[in-house]
Amino acid sequence: MSGSFARKGPDVGDYRVSHLDALEAESVFVFREVMAEFDRPVLLFSGGKDSIVMLHLALKAFAPAPVPFPVMHIDTGHNFAEVLEYRDRRVKELGLSLVVASVEEGLASGLVSEQPDGVRNRIQTPVLLDAVEKHRFDALFGGARRDEEKARAKERMFSFRDEFGQWDPKNQRPELWSLYNARVHPGESIRVFPLSNWTELDVWNYIARERIDLPSIYFAHEREVVERDGMLYSVGEHLFAREGETVRTERVRYRTVGDATCTAAVASDAVTVEAVIADVASTRITERGATRGDDRVSEAAMEDRKREGYF
Amino acid sequence: MGDVAVSAEPTELLRFATAGSVDDGKSTLIGRLLYDTKTLFDDQLAAVEAVSSARGDDYTDLALLTDGLRAEREQGITIDVAYRYFATPRRKFIIADTPGHIQYTRNMVTGASTADLALILVDARKGLVEQSRRHAFLCSLLRVPHMVLCVNKMDLVDYSQEVFEEIAAEFTAFATKLDVPDLTIIPVSALRGDNVVDRSPNMPWFAGSSLLHHLERVHIASDRNLVDVRFPVQYVIRPQSNQHRDYRGYAGQVASGVMKPGDEVMVLPSGFTTRIASISTADGEVAEAYPPMSVTVRLEDELDVSRGDLICRPNNRPETSQDIEAMICWMDEKTPLQRGRKYAIKHTTRTARTIVKDLHYRLDINTLHRDEAADGLALNEIGRVKLRTTVPLLCDEYRRNRETGGFIVIDEGTNRTVGAGIIVDAG
Repeated sequence: MSGSFARKGPDVGDYRVSHLDALEAESVFVFREVMAEFDRPVLLFSGGKDSIVMLHLALKAFAPAPVPFPVMHIDTGHNFAEVLEYRDRRVKELGLSLVVASVEEGLASGLVSEQPDGVRNRIQTPVLLDAVEKHRFDALFGGARRDEEKARAKERMFSFRDEFGQWDPKNQRPELWSLYNARVHPGESIRVFPLSNWTELDVWNYIARERIDLPSIYFAHEREVVERDGMLYSVGEHLFAREGETVRTERVRYRTVGDATCTAAVASDAVTVEAVIADVASTRITERGATRGDDRVSEAAMEDRKREGYF
Repeated sequence: MGDVAVSAEPTELLRFATAGSVDDGKSTLIGRLLYDTKTLFDDQLAAVEAVSSARGDDYTDLALLTDGLRAEREQGITIDVAYRYFATPRRKFIIADTPGHIQYTRNMVTGASTADLALILVDARKGLVEQSRRHAFLCSLLRVPHMVLCVNKMDLVDYSQEVFEEIAAEFTAFATKLDVPDLTIIPVSALRGDNVVDRSPNMPWFAGSSLLHHLERVHIASDRNLVDVRFPVQYVIRPQSNQHRDYRGYAGQVASGVMKPGDEVMVLPSGFTTRIASISTADGEVAEAYPPMSVTVRLEDELDVSRGDLICRPNNRPETSQDIEAMICWMDEKTPLQRGRKYAIKHTTRTARTIVKDLHYRLDINTLHRDEAADGLALNEIGRVKLRTTVPLLCDEYRRNRETGGFIVIDEGTNRTVGAGIIVDAG
């Protein structure tokens, strides 16, 4: 992967551009625009497929020069081993500069405290904001997509955040043509979402087209799981079976990667990207709905987290 | 439709903006397009059904699909543009769904600015209302290349051909006065699905195609300007590594025209001419670049080129002007646009400061009356202004080039985006 890219998809002809090429061109434009207008951008890299695709686009945007900004991992401590291994390998291959903002350190220093349910999704936010302040980052690339969740459907490509990192959905800057307002006062920042217009299926089709390498948990494998709230959670280092729950071995894959204590797997036999695409195309449940315990809290769970400074 | 967009054949992207008032059935129509193309997921539908029944609605309110914010759900209003996605084997669609109530202008203009097509809904029982005309006017102002009028709720007028044709004739007459290059009118019932995905047996008198069929096939490839080469330099790539010691590439997105290696080009504002040495993406060199490709251009001669400059052909140049005549849509609720005030503007990859030299008139978008006595533009108002900029803009008339003819106005104190501008004349 490093250094060379898969060939472009076939041209539609007559100066037409396929939808994946149009999405890629838009994302590349956004990366360059941010780099031209901001002093200290950073790319949020979780090792999930969206951040991996985002990194791939960043490589394309500045080639043959290297990616001109660091990547940052908000480390909940509740990781999947395969994902951490992938992160470190990729960072090394590409010679990237990696910033790790650690929730465990935040817990130790008293910046945040453990939630009653043990899930660290929400307490990532203060850790993220603390790292932003410490490193004086003024633009944060995130892999969020508008098709993921209804609060995100109203998110801007350049999403303004005040000095507390807060999102105010009623006070968003209008975005016209491809003209993005990049002005912020010191201490304020923007979140940038280059994949705003991509859907889950676009991401997978692009992964297939570009032959992008992913952590193995995205493909079917055997795993010990418990069924909880209708979802399959992996038992192991971070999550244990509760009384009354039976541990069983299932063939599963992950659709999203987050805090291991609130990210569930789905039953699947898909071992190739093509098989995953067929799975995704025929599924009847959204990826967050199928796999994220954190979004089931309330109708506005995502909006509330975003207001606090979540991605 | 199980094989949606999985096919190896590349699909085209079509962006459309929808507009309509609360009662026109716009949400129902979008909901149906999503549902019938299997884009609406079971958990989304279940969530909407739960909220709808908890609120005591008589029917499942599909508006809840797009109204994602807490305030919207509580108040039952739409406060912002929502983006929705669906795909068929032929095309991927991005819907910019804009609220239809009075405060709509800002959102409508935003949604229309990138739209290939505008979808306007009217209720067959009510016919054209003030709002239908406003929507049509804004779409023509923003030069949306294709317009579709859906005459909805045909089931409630007994699928009457006469009712449809009366509305169609009235709208056509109105559109003739505007700048509407392509107009299609379709009778539908969003609730019952008539003419949405499949042609309706209830309206055999209608010879046209269904809405989805039209959206999948309307010819959009010619909408781009492939004549005038305009390449705003966005970012200069200089790897500064041993492997690429002298590399200097100008990165950007092709705004219009077709560029090829070997072409003689001029760099503005300096006016130097040279040739294109190569055009590449990360995947390698390309033989041609055209909109909306993001590419990197290398030139044969070493020139001083930086962000905000523009590459064009020597015999086909944009205007280079500090005096701009423009229509402005004001988007700020806090302070109005006023004569004599200074703002920042962003145009292509260039940022300048500007002073409002004159406000010629404010346009009443219901009557198209020009109020020359207006002393400012408040939120959602549109007017014609004369601007003077600190540096020349490299621009074209908006009606010839949407990419080099549009700009945004930024308040230098608050940094808010306060206006959208359309260049009428830069002569």
